[in-house]
Amino acid sequence: MNGAKIAVTTEDGQAVEEVTTNAEGSWTVQVDKPGKYKVTLDVSSLPQNAEVRGGSNVRTPTVYEGNCSAVLYALQPKGAANQDQAAGGGESPFWTQAAQLTFEGLNLGLIIALAALGLSLIYGTTGLTNFAHGELVTLGAILAYAFNIGFGLHLIPAAVIAVIVAGILGYLQDRLFWGQLRRRGTGTIAMMIISIGVALFLRYVFLIFFGGQTEAYAQYTAQPGVEIGPISAAPKNFVAMGIELAVLIIVGFALLRTRTGKAARAVADNPALAASSGINVDRVIRIIWAGGGAIAALSGILLGLSQNLKYTMGQDILLLIFAGVTLGGLGTAFGALVGSLAVGLFIQVSTLWVPPELKSVGALAVLIIVLLVRPQGILGRRERIG
Amino acid sequence: MDWITIISTTVKAAINVETVLYALAAIGINVHFGYTGLLNFGQAAFMGVAGYGLAVTVTVLGLPFWVGVIVGLISAVIMAILLGIPTLHLRADYLAIVTIAAAEIVRLVFRSVQFKSVFGGSDGRRGFTDGFYALNPFPEGNYGFNLGPVPLFFNSRSMWVLTVGWLLIALCCGLVYLLMKSPWGRVLKAIREDEDAVRSLGKSVFSYKMQSLILGGVIGCLGGFIYGLAYGSVQPDVFGTETTFYLYTMVILGGAARVLGPVVGAMLFWVLLVLLNGVLSEAVGAGVITFIDTNQAGALRYVLVGLGLILLLIFRPQGIFGDKREIAIDAR
Repeated sequence: MNGAKIAVTTEDGQAVEEVTTNAEGSWTVQVDKPGKYKVTLDVSSLPQNAEVRGGSNVRTPTVYEGNCSAVLYALQPKGAANQDQAAGGGESPFWTQAAQLTFEGLNLGLIIALAALGLSLIYGTTGLTNFAHGELVTLGAILAYAFNIGFGLHLIPAAVIAVIVAGILGYLQDRLFWGQLRRRGTGTIAMMIISIGVALFLRYVFLIFFGGQTEAYAQYTAQPGVEIGPISAAPKNFVAMGIELAVLIIVGFALLRTRTGKAARAVADNPALAASSGINVDRVIRIIWAGGGAIAALSGILLGLSQNLKYTMGQDILLLIFAGVTLGGLGTAFGALVGSLAVGLFIQVSTLWVPPELKSVGALAVLIIVLLVRPQGILGRRERIG
Repeated sequence: MDWITIISTTVKAAINVETVLYALAAIGINVHFGYTGLLNFGQAAFMGVAGYGLAVTVTVLGLPFWVGVIVGLISAVIMAILLGIPTLHLRADYLAIVTIAAAEIVRLVFRSVQFKSVFGGSDGRRGFTDGFYALNPFPEGNYGFNLGPVPLFFNSRSMWVLTVGWLLIALCCGLVYLLMKSPWGRVLKAIREDEDAVRSLGKSVFSYKMQSLILGGVIGCLGGFIYGLAYGSVQPDVFGTETTFYLYTMVILGGAARVLGPVVGAMLFWVLLVLLNGVLSEAVGAGVITFIDTNQAGALRYVLVGLGLILLLIFRPQGIFGDKREIAIDAR
């Protein structure tokens, strides 16, 4: 509905902004703080023959940090009876919502899984708990943004180039930095703290070049949603899920069937034994760094597609990646997959009962509880880790 | 470029509030990481529960200042016990991840809209320091002296916070010194070197680690009090994971497992940071450096912090005062 006037105020009545809907009938208001807001639709700005279904033109959404909150006004021809509401509600809203959240959870879980796979393999092969992995996720998103906006490429070729560049950078990172440290005999705890330094370094380099604001890609930003069964989502989300699944299947297949994949799992299992049976451990590790960097970048691009880009986006998701990896069992490739899906699903589905801003709290609490019962994670090997 | 201001702020940074509160929290980390070998990445949460314990007790419950301090201390102990039970059985890298997760849980709960009536959401809490400044023995005015052309002055409020803060630092350093010389401290260092050997000698490793976690957590929580009192407010995002990372940088810079290491580390960290900030923002403002703006100059400082941490661990992991044989970080 074009041209309807909408006023947004805070809970106690302070005006935030007044907007007018665009040709598609949508509108957005940026608010500074999370909290309760009051949204009022000016009924007199509606066309003569339309009215708001249900009668009330005031909504009071609660806005949470980093999430947008949707306010919808369903319009109907004036005088129409309210019977269509009952007709539309054959399914109970709880299950519709549950299905929707399961879908979103799978989407988030797959994005986490992409990043977690690299982290877990790097941990398994080198013993490095890489706190800078979140920055590899950001790197992918920002590289794609640079090619997309800076060079004016369409998002798809930009994403492909970004993934390739990130893979090369991952390779170089191991070749020039982590590999050298391993040769010096730097231990795992020292490397863990070094990775914190790398994370700080990269994060603020991104801040210098990218800035502190949030950005979106040039394409696919505001897609109208489509409905499939009880699930409604923008088509880009279905495509993203397809890409995620395809990449995970390819990586899983490569790990199980190809020579390099088998070698990678052997190194992750026991580097010394793998080396003595003729596997070139350094080469395998570099391949893992290149592959891990590339798929972490891909997960960053897809994350940027489903949310927005910010220089802290990788840092924000890092703990969830760690939760997924730890839940599945540090160092196991398929454990990371299972753990990440569990984390993603748990986070979204738990919002049925938990306020959205606390959804990550639930996931992290589950991580701690699982480690109490099963310290090696879901798919981890039983061994003394105390 | 205004060199007088730069020198003045830099010299003051050596003993200023940031240094005090980070030094206290870093002493706590030193007990965990330096002496016991516990990779506690949740130190910011200890500062947070103490600061919020004080703030909420005074503002929401309306109780006096001293009750707030006691509540803050008790919450830090409870936090240590809650954090310790699931994590102290875990290996170092698991411990690091779980403590970060726990600290994030604390921060997210503090900033949630759900508990806004208690913790004040992302704005935090303010207006709980009257009880503290009522005890201020310094009359109104500025205290300090001129070092040549450079003025070094603090107002009476800062003087009171700094006096209390440095007394606390001295007390904590003394306590750590005495404890680490005692048989109890030697058990902690033995746990750091070889946990299984200590276990085979019949000591309860879990119990010693828990005591260390509580001690370091309580020392760290003093930093949270100083933050709240000096700035007159607490906000959730101050107590994020980056704070903990900076604390580790300070401990390693000064030298882990050294009594004065974290204090010197915190002083150096802030002196360098403030100096860099002064020079960079002045240079940008005066047009000497033209390729970045003021915001980018602020970010550049933290790029250098990250770089410093990397180089420090590669080339001098024992820091300034540390002993390379003692701080073989990787024997864990």
